[in-house]
Amino acid sequence: MTATWVLLGLAAGTYALKAAVPLALGGRELPAPVTRVADLLPAALLAALVLVSTFTDDGRLVIDARAVGLVAAAAALARRAPFVVVVVVAAAATALARAAGAA
Amino acid sequence: MSVSLAIFPFGVAFGVAASEAGLTLWQASGFSVLVFAGSAQLAAVDVVGDGGLAVSAIAAGLLLNLRALAFGLAMAPALRGPWWKRALWSQFVIDETTAVATAQADPRWRRYGFLLTGVLLFVSWNVGTVVGAAALSSSGDLVTDLGIDAVIPAAFLALLWPRLVRSDQRRIAAVGALVALALAPVAPPGVPILAAAGAVVVAGRNGAGPGPAATPPPGDAGAPTESPPEAT
Repeated sequence: MTATWVLLGLAAGTYALKAAVPLALGGRELPAPVTRVADLLPAALLAALVLVSTFTDDGRLVIDARAVGLVAAAAALARRAPFVVVVVVAAAATALARAAGAA
Repeated sequence: MSVSLAIFPFGVAFGVAASEAGLTLWQASGFSVLVFAGSAQLAAVDVVGDGGLAVSAIAAGLLLNLRALAFGLAMAPALRGPWWKRALWSQFVIDETTAVATAQADPRWRRYGFLLTGVLLFVSWNVGTVVGAAALSSSGDLVTDLGIDAVIPAAFLALLWPRLVRSDQRRIAAVGALVALALAPVAPPGVPILAAAGAVVVAGRNGAGPGPAATPPPGDAGAPTESPPEAT
C-alpha cells in the first residue's frame, strides 16, 4: 500500500523537521545556507507541481481544460481572492471548458 | 481566528485531492493528523496519485517542508517546558502558527497565540479533510464533470503566489517549473518535482545579481566559500 508508506514516512520526517529545534537543538542557530535553501525550495517545488499537475496526463504533456482552470485561478489570485474562491473558480472554469467541448 | 477559518477550505481541497488520488478516508485523515503540513501533504498525495514511488512522494513532501526547521527555530524560545510538552506542541509548528505567534511581542502571548492557533487549525484542517474526502467518493465522472481535477493545480498556485514576491523567488520558480515540465515525459512520476529542487542550486549560483536576498548580510565574510566548488 504505497499511500500508507508515504503517510508514515512523511509523518515521521515532517515531525523530525518540526521538532528538531524545540526538542533537541534548543538555542543553536541553523547555518545560513540551510535557512536560505529552505526559504527558496517551496517556490521551485510548488511551481513544478503547478505545471506538472496541469499539463501532464499519465506522463504525457497535454493541454486540456485544466489549463483554462489554471488561468482562471491566476486571475482570481491577481484580484486577491480568498483560497476558496480561487479553487471554486478554477473548478468551474474547467467544468465550463469541458462542457464547451475541450478535452 | 480568521486564520483557522481560512484553512478549512484548504483542508477540504486536500480531502478531495486525496480521494482523487485513490486514498481511503482513513489514509486522508491519517495524513492530516500525523503529517499536519498542508503543502507537503498535497505534494505527496499528488505524486502518489500519479503512480510515483513512495520514496519520491516522501522526498517531495519533506523538501517542501524543510522550512519547518526554521519555524521550529523561531518558536523554540516560546516553547519551554518539559520535553513531553515540547514534543506535543512541535506538531503545531507550521507556517500559520509561527506567523501568528511571532506577531506577538510578549513571550507569554507568543506561546498562547501559538497554542490557540495550533489547536484551532488542527481541528479545522482535519474536519475539512474528512468533509473533502467523504464528499468525493471517487466517482470518476463527477471529478471531470465538475472540474474537480483543477482543484489541485489551483491549490498549488495559491500556495505559490505569495512566494513570487522577490526576483530570486520568481527566477527559482521559473527554472524549477521548466525543469519539471521538461522531465515529465521521460522521468518516473515524482522525479521531475524533485529535480525542480535543483533549481535552487542553479538560481543560487546566478544569484549575485541585484536581488536583495542575494546580497550577503554585512559581516558575512565567509559567504563566498559557501559556493559549491564546481561553481568556479
